[in-house]
Amino acid sequence: MAQHSAYYVPPQSHWPIIGAVGLFLTLGGAAALIYSLQQESDSLLAQIMLNSGALILAGMMIGWFAAVIAESRQGLYSAQMDRSFRYGMSWFIFSEVMFFFAFFGVLFYIRVFAVPWLDGEGDKGLASMLWPQFQASWPLMQAPNPDQFPPIREVINPWHIPLINTVLLVGSSFTLLAAHKALKREDRPKLKGWLGLTIVLGLTFLGLQIYEYIHAYTELDLTLKSGIYGATFFMLTGFHGAHVTIGSIILLVLLFRVFQGHFTPDKHFGFEAGAWYWHFVDVVWIFLFTTVYLL
Amino acid sequence: MSAHAETMHHGPAKGFSRWILTTNHKDIGTLYLVFSLIMLFIGGTMAFVIRAELFQPGLQLVMPEFFNQMTTMHGLIMIFGAVMPAFVGLANWQVPLMIGAPDMALPRLNNFSFWILPFAFAMLLSTLFMPGGAPDFGWTFYAPLSTTYAPPSVTFFVFAVHMMGISSILGAINVIVTIFNMRAPGMKMMDLPLFVWSWLITAFLLIAVMPVLAAVVTMVLMDVHFGTSFFSAAGGGDPVLFQHVFWFFAHPEVYIMVLPAFGVISEIIPTFARKPLFGYRAMVLATVAIAFLSFIVWAHHMFTVGMPLAGELFFMYTTMLIAVPTGVKVFNWISTMFKGSMTFETPMLFAIAFIVLFTIGGLSGLMLAIAPADFQYHDTYFVVAHFHYVLVPGSVFGIIAAVYYWLPKWSGKMYDEKLGQWHFWLSFIGVNLTFFPMHFVGLAGMPRRIPDYALQFADFNMLTSLGAFLFGTTQLLFVYILIKTVRSGKKAEQLPWEGARGLEWSVPTPAPYHTFTTPPDLERK
Repeated sequence: MAQHSAYYVPPQSHWPIIGAVGLFLTLGGAAALIYSLQQESDSLLAQIMLNSGALILAGMMIGWFAAVIAESRQGLYSAQMDRSFRYGMSWFIFSEVMFFFAFFGVLFYIRVFAVPWLDGEGDKGLASMLWPQFQASWPLMQAPNPDQFPPIREVINPWHIPLINTVLLVGSSFTLLAAHKALKREDRPKLKGWLGLTIVLGLTFLGLQIYEYIHAYTELDLTLKSGIYGATFFMLTGFHGAHVTIGSIILLVLLFRVFQGHFTPDKHFGFEAGAWYWHFVDVVWIFLFTTVYLL
Repeated sequence: MSAHAETMHHGPAKGFSRWILTTNHKDIGTLYLVFSLIMLFIGGTMAFVIRAELFQPGLQLVMPEFFNQMTTMHGLIMIFGAVMPAFVGLANWQVPLMIGAPDMALPRLNNFSFWILPFAFAMLLSTLFMPGGAPDFGWTFYAPLSTTYAPPSVTFFVFAVHMMGISSILGAINVIVTIFNMRAPGMKMMDLPLFVWSWLITAFLLIAVMPVLAAVVTMVLMDVHFGTSFFSAAGGGDPVLFQHVFWFFAHPEVYIMVLPAFGVISEIIPTFARKPLFGYRAMVLATVAIAFLSFIVWAHHMFTVGMPLAGELFFMYTTMLIAVPTGVKVFNWISTMFKGSMTFETPMLFAIAFIVLFTIGGLSGLMLAIAPADFQYHDTYFVVAHFHYVLVPGSVFGIIAAVYYWLPKWSGKMYDEKLGQWHFWLSFIGVNLTFFPMHFVGLAGMPRRIPDYALQFADFNMLTSLGAFLFGTTQLLFVYILIKTVRSGKKAEQLPWEGARGLEWSVPTPAPYHTFTTPPDLERK
């Protein structure tokens, strides 16, 4: 706590208000777009809002982070500031953990309580009176009301693409670790190689995930609309995939910065924060692979 | 370095850009507090509509559909727009001052957290003008009311809630990092003022449960638009699942709205009793205990929904356990006052009223915690009485007390004590007149969220409405007092309260734009 007097309090900044406007346009545009699709009304304005909002948000992030990087490279940041960033990123990841925790909780409740009750088992088995012919199983191939939620033909085989994806993503955590080690040794060629390989593994994961989704929709009749199995499957894997996408973008930015000559062996918080995020996404996948695909 | 030091010590920027581009914790604190006050009046206007309709039995003013929109929006605006931002505003002003920090740890993020809010509430309020009207499913947005039977505006509700959630999470991260990383050298965790401690725990709760709210509104959106069946039994989901996920967020949310008020009261009572706080360590531990318990009591909101017996019992006992740490707090506040040389300035009056009236709300909470009895009370006005007693003379009185207490330091001016006393007594009478009769009509079976009621509830409802009008108009007096103080108040002294202790009083009055750019040395004394 010795360097308190050196704590850098930034002057006025226009990035936050640009971010707030961008966020408003993005989310408002998304809401308006979904709304107009539902109402079958014209959605041009909504699309303009959504796209311009997304552009503004992207510009805001580039500008804001560039400002922070510039300040850091000018040496304005003390060790205390570094801790602020570390704590901030850790708590942000904790909030993400809680977001996934909610969806895993939903999966647990559905499997342990809701579906067996609908089949007449357990404390609240009276629910079976709603659809007497309903039979519980997991994966739930046929929903209680198959007219509204059409049945699934087949579920994804966990030992094909999901297993490959597990190897890819767990492997990418190790390659990222190797990149970090190389950075600390000031071995820039190896750093570039390992980081690049991590990104390739991440993008391959995403490609296979997209392929799996297409396969599920076109051949297995496994969709968002096929009852609670499809709903939990796509929400959990979908949000995870979204996080892999964000993580890949972060890693790409890191790679770009490495090529710019950024990061030193003892000062590279941006790299570490990105790595933390990537490892977090990896851990979520391990839980996903076991609870969504395997069990 | 000298150029750098210069930028650190300049005053606020001129003009309106000061407020939009600011990175100063005092500016952002003021923004939060003013925003919260505006929202208090918007949400209050909706309460006014509700109480006007309920003034007499029968339908006089509004249609039932619009009445439902009013109850829903009133709840959402008061919780997410009035109470939570007010506490974040207090945290912004006070946490850096109380721990000797130059500013919040992440000042630009701080500005971002605030400026998301006006946009979020613009989006939420715009739903009032949409075809089909605003959300009408109650602030708890239970499925299937918010899915199968929702008005089309539910989509905008979902995204507005997402924005509020982002704002809260980023704000909470800032508070927690500030407290962990920015304390003056020598200030240990167990030296933290209780307001700071309670905000630390509140911030933790926010980061833990706001993402769960984001998850539940996302599932609502998916069920409405994308054919999922999270909350539809026809697809193997469960509407009760909605309530579990929602209350897993919303019960800690209740403590998010009251723990900072506990902190405020723990600052004010010692000042005006001129005695140090009784049992500091016990107060900290009690706050931690309340926060922990808040995660394992959520289903006491759902006793009548049809849970397994083991669940009813578990949630009944854990809920009752909360009375223990809360009782410790009330005991310690009273023990602090015991044999103190007390004076009763406006902040102290609000603080004492807080203790008495919050305890009433806590006791009715204990009644509701008893699962078999709850089957009678559930969804009646008794519940409305209970949560308004903890939120209005609880959270809101806590906020008002804090404003009167710290306003001299913020503005450099003293408020008019006589008007402050008027404000207190009118609020005190108004609040009790409004909410106390609700206990009786509730126990007698009057359901909540209805625009009309049986004749036998007429007298108490009229009293309630009169109390609500009194309480609402009294808050205009509060605005008048605030404006009068800032414009033409008497100059406040460096230490406006002789019994006050703490770092925030060591800075000049009014607090300069930048404080503690060099941290205070606590080890020296």
